[in-house]
Amino acid sequence: MNPRLAQKIAHAVMLTATLLVVLPVLVILVIIVAKGASAISWDFLFSMPRDGMTAGGIFPAILGTLYLVLGAILFAVPLGVLAAVYLVEYSSDNWFSRLVKLSIVNLAGVPSVVYGLFGLGIFVTFFRFGASILSGSLTLGIMILPVIITSAREALESVPRHFRVVSLSLGASRWQTIRHSVLPHALPGILTGMILGLGRAAGETAPILFTVAAFYLPRLPHSVFDQTMALPYHLYVISTQVPGIAENVRYGTALVLLSLVLLLNLAAILVRSRFRGKKKW
Amino acid sequence: MVKPTAKFSIRGLSVHYGRHCVLRDLNLDIQANEIFTVIGPANSGKSTFLNCLNRLVDLVSASRCSGEIRLDGIDIRGGMEVEALRRKVGIVFALPLPLPLSIYENIVYGMRMQGIRDATLLDEAVERSLRESYLWEEVKDRLRTAAMNLSGGQQQRLCMARILAGRPDVLLFDEPTSGLDPISTAKIEETMMVLKEKYTIVLVTNNVAQAARVGDRTAFFLMGEMVELSDTSKLFTAPADSRTSDYITGKFG
Amino acid sequence: MKSIRFRKLKEWGIEKAILLSGIFSVVFVVLIFLFLLREGFSLFRGESIVDFIFGKSWYPISSPPRFGILPLILGSLLVTLGAAAISVPIGIAAALYISEIAPRRLKEPLKAGIELLAAIPSVVIGFIGMITLGPWIKSAFHLPTGLTALTGSVTLAFMAMPTIVSIAEDAITAVPRQYREAAIAMGATQWQTTWRIVARAARPGMVAAVMLGIGRVIGETMAVMMVTGNAAVIPRSFLQPVRTLTATIAAEMGESVQGGPHYAALFAIGIVLFIITFLINGVADLYLHRSRQ
Repeated sequence: MNPRLAQKIAHAVMLTATLLVVLPVLVILVIIVAKGASAISWDFLFSMPRDGMTAGGIFPAILGTLYLVLGAILFAVPLGVLAAVYLVEYSSDNWFSRLVKLSIVNLAGVPSVVYGLFGLGIFVTFFRFGASILSGSLTLGIMILPVIITSAREALESVPRHFRVVSLSLGASRWQTIRHSVLPHALPGILTGMILGLGRAAGETAPILFTVAAFYLPRLPHSVFDQTMALPYHLYVISTQVPGIAENVRYGTALVLLSLVLLLNLAAILVRSRFRGKKKW
Repeated sequence: MVKPTAKFSIRGLSVHYGRHCVLRDLNLDIQANEIFTVIGPANSGKSTFLNCLNRLVDLVSASRCSGEIRLDGIDIRGGMEVEALRRKVGIVFALPLPLPLSIYENIVYGMRMQGIRDATLLDEAVERSLRESYLWEEVKDRLRTAAMNLSGGQQQRLCMARILAGRPDVLLFDEPTSGLDPISTAKIEETMMVLKEKYTIVLVTNNVAQAARVGDRTAFFLMGEMVELSDTSKLFTAPADSRTSDYITGKFG
Repeated sequence: MKSIRFRKLKEWGIEKAILLSGIFSVVFVVLIFLFLLREGFSLFRGESIVDFIFGKSWYPISSPPRFGILPLILGSLLVTLGAAAISVPIGIAAALYISEIAPRRLKEPLKAGIELLAAIPSVVIGFIGMITLGPWIKSAFHLPTGLTALTGSVTLAFMAMPTIVSIAEDAITAVPRQYREAAIAMGATQWQTTWRIVARAARPGMVAAVMLGIGRVIGETMAVMMVTGNAAVIPRSFLQPVRTLTATIAAEMGESVQGGPHYAALFAIGIVLFIITFLINGVADLYLHRSRQ
């Protein structure tokens, strides 16, 4: 075949493939917005469900997801950032740091439902936290740990080495150097990872199935030892377990969840691109 | 306490990076208030030597040092904290490397790390050190602007001011003018001549003429060994070793 | 002087906390495995591992219960193979397009689009698959139900693609520019260069991309549970309902009695999943390291 023609065909095929990957995002968005927008109202967002969840709002699910995400972040960000500091600033390339890196890779690959089992085994049963916000948050927190560590590592590694050398040469201690000359410059990258982690935690269902999520609760949770409803689980429940729910309520719930997650991811993308534009060194 | 005979006394100093030996069995003294220059081709170990004097060599994870270095008679490894050593022995690097902070914050960085918060003390140190490095007149009205906006020569003098603020004893210069134009270079050299009244200066340079201009004594390093050490005028007029004369007349390096 | 001592103490504490945080990542992996074993191991007091893995029937609540997970393994395998068959060629082609051919100003939006696809919660993708793709497959193939292995494969393909594209794209971008310049200089067309030189040089990274994509598919739970119909029988075709390992855990844990054999069997499935993904990720990591050299 004529190489020019072959190139044309190949490009067309590859473009089609790319569109097949990217367009579904738009299609999904359009479908959900078109069918779900009519359900969105003040009442839908801020009131309790009524009549076996066929009417009323989804407020407890929204609030529950916010609680869970907040808890996961409180747990995972300090731990993840410090672990990244360990890998970038303290460890040399020895067997232990390789083991840590391998563990992070594996944590990232563990299926979400296995995290759910783990959370059930350790937090709910072993530590007797029961099915609670605490158990769910910790489970989600461990699940997003690799996301946070990986982005914090990249952010720390992008800080030029000479910042550290200069700081140390001026008599700063190792931690002072990290605290004053490394971490501030890695902050946007760490923030990006944190927001991505938020998005991931907000959307996951399997890890919270057995650790916290409630099918329906007549009242809001009062403490971290209470169960809670959560958006992704609520969407699963009303789309598979409860018959007779108006279609636009299902789509509306999906819309709220999708907006929450996509906005967080968009924010992460924006933070990152702004940071890249502003870098001075 | 033993009465110190020299600012730095170095005995049997060897440095290895992994299996590779970069400095071999160095013995020398550096006197107070002299400008001690080190010349030599690339990879002769002269920068490593400088980094030993304030233990920045420790940052190279595969490095191993043996031998002993005493500062005012005190062993710099066993006898003092590394942070204190680095405050006493400041270094100016080959490239101007300001931290991405304001001019003011660059200068007080070391003091802040020591826990000094008193604003008048900091202000005083900024003015004194900028005057000592002849930068005060040029920047006194924009101390709070970013240090990155200064010219290369100004940045390098800021880096000098930054170590002077901490009242060091010894100033190390690691090819400080290699990235600068001749006018900025001349300014830095002038500044050094004045600073030696108060400080001991160790200057590593690959610019032979610069060593001849400012050095009191000069050492010639080659492949990790010190070939020759003598008064600068003698080294340049009557070198004892043929390798030294080959180098300064430009036959290699 | 006191403040200096206090600072030293504080820094000592911080450095220990940093070390501890590093250790924690390892501890969590070990803990996950230990707790799966702790809860799941009791199954093997009454059941042999061979019967568990190769048993042909999964009747967890009949009496006596049967805990053979072969139908579930085959269900997972079938759905995964289907998803890989769809997502690997498309994903690799898209990665080549984005890194080699797409105009500069298109690149970032395309990459952002792929990141967004990766970000869509699996329950939302499952919801869309169930409500749009399912009925379409049902009428297209005249089936009694649209929730089949095929539906699962198509849905999961979209979840694997972002992983495949972004990792393959990294590998392709890492191919040194000289390779391309040399090929172009010898008169190759851009496509020949891309296909014969760049794609070949980036192969280890692409293998890693495919493996990680497959890892994601095997571990995927919610979407697959919503669209595959959940029939725990040995599958004979793509057009019938199947039940995967992950979906079984998610669907049945709520009904099992804590500490009972059913409960232990679900944890044992977790062990199987953990080992599978552990191996896949370990091998993918090896390929990634090779691609970086």
